[in-house]
Amino acid sequence: MIKVASLTKRYGSNFALDNASFEIGGKEIVGLLGPNGAGKSTTMNILTGYLSATSGEVSVGGIDILKNPIEAKKNIGYLPEQPPLYQEMTVVEYLNFVYDLKKCKLDRHAHIDEICEVVKISDVKNRIIGHLSKGYKQRVGIAQALINDPPVLIFDEPTVGLDPKQIIEIRNLIRTLGAKHTVILSTHILSEVQSVCERIIIINKGKIIADKKTDELSRDIDDSVKYRLKVCAPKTEAIAAFRANAGIAACELLPDRDGDSITLSLENKRGIDIRKSVYYVCSQNNWPILEFSPVGMELEDIFIRLIDRGEGGNDKKKKARARG
Amino acid sequence: MTAIYKREMRSYFTTPIGYIFLSIFLLFSGAVFCYTTLYSYSSDISSYFTVMLVLLMLMLPLLTMKLFSEEKKQKTEQLILTSPVSLFSMVFAKFLAAYTMFAGAMILSSFSFIILYQYSEIQTATLLGNIIAILLVGGAFIAVGVFVSSITESQLAAAVGTIAILAFFLAISLVNSYINVYFIRFIFSSISIFSRFQNFTQGVFDISALIYYISVCAVFLLLTVGIYDKRRWE
Repeated sequence: MIKVASLTKRYGSNFALDNASFEIGGKEIVGLLGPNGAGKSTTMNILTGYLSATSGEVSVGGIDILKNPIEAKKNIGYLPEQPPLYQEMTVVEYLNFVYDLKKCKLDRHAHIDEICEVVKISDVKNRIIGHLSKGYKQRVGIAQALINDPPVLIFDEPTVGLDPKQIIEIRNLIRTLGAKHTVILSTHILSEVQSVCERIIIINKGKIIADKKTDELSRDIDDSVKYRLKVCAPKTEAIAAFRANAGIAACELLPDRDGDSITLSLENKRGIDIRKSVYYVCSQNNWPILEFSPVGMELEDIFIRLIDRGEGGNDKKKKARARG
Repeated sequence: MTAIYKREMRSYFTTPIGYIFLSIFLLFSGAVFCYTTLYSYSSDISSYFTVMLVLLMLMLPLLTMKLFSEEKKQKTEQLILTSPVSLFSMVFAKFLAAYTMFAGAMILSSFSFIILYQYSEIQTATLLGNIIAILLVGGAFIAVGVFVSSITESQLAAAVGTIAILAFFLAISLVNSYINVYFIRFIFSSISIFSRFQNFTQGVFDISALIYYISVCAVFLLLTVGIYDKRRWE
């Protein structure tokens, strides 16, 4: 459905995108993951024809976006980072405008009503967009992208700035849409792609550094887990005891004190479950465990890991560490 | 294209701008008409059109200032630029919306000429020639406004910039008679929107001037398309 071949976008001497290539086949939800400024929005803006690439090719539904922009754009529904809403229009007026703009041939009222149902904005249909809450505005933005039922949907950071309940609702909505459309969404939140996307493309400084199925990536992540352990124990002894354990790769003292307890960060060696041995160490020494929990991997950790493992370039490693 | 045109037209009337423009236009046009003809016991329409031309320079930016700058500020241009619409139809639709407002107001205020027929012999051909000419000049002014609006995010800057460019054209024709060098005078008089208009007020239907106004209009609209085309590559 979408084919991106050696895409490069340069702003002066800065590379916003550097030789990025990927291909997206049928109906799947693909997450574009990366820190701010990694090139996610640039990629999406090029895919939708808002920007032109310095070099490289993009085709959507087999149509080149540069050679035949009007036909290619018919295949895409796009929600930019900031939803493109006319504040002075009502929701219905706005959707009708988009309907005309996209030269939609579907039955006007039925189509718009159906979209309002799907994104749950039927109750605010006749209200002025400028008066809506942020969550509703985001939904109207999604509704706009759905008009004309395009096979490809592109959402740029669809959950940014929403409250937790709205985030869950929008994620559920995207999951539903994934059944009928090819969805690309960008985010810098790891848990978001893990919960919504089937495939993850990780992008950093304009380069694609990983392109994997979500479960593959999750497995990689689960392979090495960090734990947080709060235990009542003498500092030096405890650290020595954990470091002596065969399964533990690293043990650090965390700066968090609560009475006579200390807090440690423990990291296992790849593929070894250290939970039981941590318990045995503590019980043998008679150290009461106050808290023992896995720590979620941060995006930065994944970057370091992927860059370390995948390409192994020394300078990259250093850069990533310096940033982490 | 019709979608954008319809939205612009609606937005003139859902925001105060359309009403402000129409009331100012009709008020001034009426006042100028009274003073140049009725109060001065004259059926000479030339001064009405000359004054209107200068007033258009100040009033038309009201219609064009928000056309692109507001879209840029609200980030709504991303919607239009990623939908299956060509750049030219986007620019032309917006131009047409502003033009409809202007032409509507102009035609509306032209009804006042009917009064003149009661009091004097008036040459209908000259009158029509003047109306056609001012409709074309207005088009050129609006095209300049459209262009300036596309290069800024601020409505105020768009309006002021448009007035500045149009004032430059006006200044050229005012200064021109004091210049002795033939070559410069020739260039100035050929790019001056205003000196070409004088032929019409004197009852001469100047085809070359009409072509000139249409060309100015086309050039600025195409420049606007060019601005958008170039921005994608930056």
